[in-house]
Amino acid sequence: MIRLTNIHKSYVTGSNSLHVLKGIDLKIEQGEFVSVMGSSGSGKSTLLNILGILDNYDLGDYYLDGTLIRSQSETRSAALRNRYIGFVFQSFNLISFKNALENVALPLYYQQVPRKKRNRIALEYLERMGLKDWAEHMPNELSGGQKQRIAIARAMISKPRVILADEPTGALDTATSYEVMQLIKEINTEGITVILVTHENDIAHMTKRIIRLRDGLIESEVLNGKPPIIN
Amino acid sequence: MFDLDRWQEIMSTLKKNKLRTFFTAFGVFWGIFMLVIMLGSGTGLKNGVTSDFGDFATNSVFMWSRTTTMPYKGFPRGRRFNFRNDDIAVLKREIPEIDILSPRNQGGGRREGNNVIRGYKSGAFSVMGDYPEWNLIDPVNILNGRFLNHADITEKRKVAVIGNKVHEVLFRPGEDAIGQYIQIQGIFFQVIGVFKPGQSGVGFGGDKEQTIFIPLTTFQRIYNWGDIIGWFAFTSKPGVPASLVEEKAAALLKRRHSVSPQDTQALGSFNLEKEYNQMNGLFQGINGLIWVVGIGTLLAGVIGISNIMLVIVKERTKEIGIQRAIGANPWNIISQIMTESVFLTVFAGYVGLVIGVGILEVVNNLLSATGESSNMFKNPNIDFNMAITALAILVFSGAVAGLIPARKAVSIKPIDALRYE
Repeated sequence: MIRLTNIHKSYVTGSNSLHVLKGIDLKIEQGEFVSVMGSSGSGKSTLLNILGILDNYDLGDYYLDGTLIRSQSETRSAALRNRYIGFVFQSFNLISFKNALENVALPLYYQQVPRKKRNRIALEYLERMGLKDWAEHMPNELSGGQKQRIAIARAMISKPRVILADEPTGALDTATSYEVMQLIKEINTEGITVILVTHENDIAHMTKRIIRLRDGLIESEVLNGKPPIIN
Repeated sequence: MFDLDRWQEIMSTLKKNKLRTFFTAFGVFWGIFMLVIMLGSGTGLKNGVTSDFGDFATNSVFMWSRTTTMPYKGFPRGRRFNFRNDDIAVLKREIPEIDILSPRNQGGGRREGNNVIRGYKSGAFSVMGDYPEWNLIDPVNILNGRFLNHADITEKRKVAVIGNKVHEVLFRPGEDAIGQYIQIQGIFFQVIGVFKPGQSGVGFGGDKEQTIFIPLTTFQRIYNWGDIIGWFAFTSKPGVPASLVEEKAAALLKRRHSVSPQDTQALGSFNLEKEYNQMNGLFQGINGLIWVVGIGTLLAGVIGISNIMLVIVKERTKEIGIQRAIGANPWNIISQIMTESVFLTVFAGYVGLVIGVGILEVVNNLLSATGESSNMFKNPNIDFNMAITALAILVFSGAVAGLIPARKAVSIKPIDALRYE
């Protein structure tokens, strides 16, 4: 599903160059449940952004579902993101002037699905999240856990192959975190690849594979709590 | 193709800062408002002044003889000379560019006391010896009867076409003047028509309502003018400048009357077309100035819109980042911002257009209600084409105003937009 070979990425600010990813080799199969861990500055967010085609990389190859992702037009990137990837962010990133239903339906809007149809589908997803009664509420009327569940519904609605979650529980209390993780787990059991970035061990251990980054390189990989695999 | 989501987004951004939106829109509103008011006033001024020409043929030239100032062909300077009847045929033959040719003899009379008598009523009126063609140069409204015709000329009929004031003085109100006789300086003329002057304010001395037209040939005979013609009025054919005809006619008449071609004083002439064009040029200049100032004002408003759109794009950077992360392509974003910009511009401009036209309408009504048909200002309005042009300019400038902010919105990478706080 995802194949990274020797990915390098540096950020240039003025005359300084910060080498963030120093050659990442990674293979993630369809349906895997992976967490990426590492201290801040280890490059885990950068890696997730590259996987999500939000950022480009300097060197190496990234294949998503057999397609080489490299310096394509922004229009093509947008289409790829829309079709393959669903995003879940730490700060939920709901659109403030749209209600819950419209937020969930938004990816289908960009696929030019008619309004009636996309709202019907969005309502189904809200129901699955247990938020059917909140469909007409604006984001600022919802709790953090509700917002994150709406964000997950929004990520799911375009039936992506991969869900990328950047610290999805970072802004939630423990109980809500676990609820959200339970949801994400269910999504994964449907066969959707989930990759999440976290720095919380308990969250990471709910996934099936933990990748630890350190200084821009993969330090270790743990499978279901078993000892690291050597690449 | 109404896109509810797009309008929801536009309204939400515009409502977020109502005062700011209002001030921004006001810039464009004011630009269009001023443009409409100024264009309307310019039209009003032009209408006022050009209505003075009325139906008068604006491509006409008038030419009369004066005293020579150069000796020529044995004649001394200071010689008086006159146009003659046979000049008419020669002018028509030699100068094909002449459209209408109307010779005229102008009688005194008015200042010499009452010159026209009917029964025990009398009055002082201008008497003009004319050709039927005069009615094509300065058209009159015939109230009753007819104007002069060529039979009147060739038969030297003693017939008269009288102005409505003449009728008022010599006849009872409502009395049919046709067929009645009036006495002009002792000679009886039969009235064949009553007229009311046309709209034109171009005059040749004397109130037109107090004018009597008689055939030129009759005039020459009763006043003992022989075949002398006082002056010529002629117009050029369509597409031919009147000044060309003026030049040719002057040269021809000088040759025929043994006047030195260099003698510029011997012939007097007045070129109405030149005056008319000069005035038109003036109004074109005013109009041009109005557009320059109006577009300038509008431009200031549009730049305001562009500026605010830049601010809005900056404020919404993160939102745009989210939209792009979940699949909005650059075109979605660009068209969203451009629509917003065009909407704001067109809406504000449309309000300005409507209010401007409304005020012009009110002024128009006030002017016609007071009956004050002032000759300097009349019927201020802007025509439909101008309004359409203004709207087209608005749509275009709104799009231009949105272009830079829209490009800025998509030039930033999605990831940077997402991280933006």
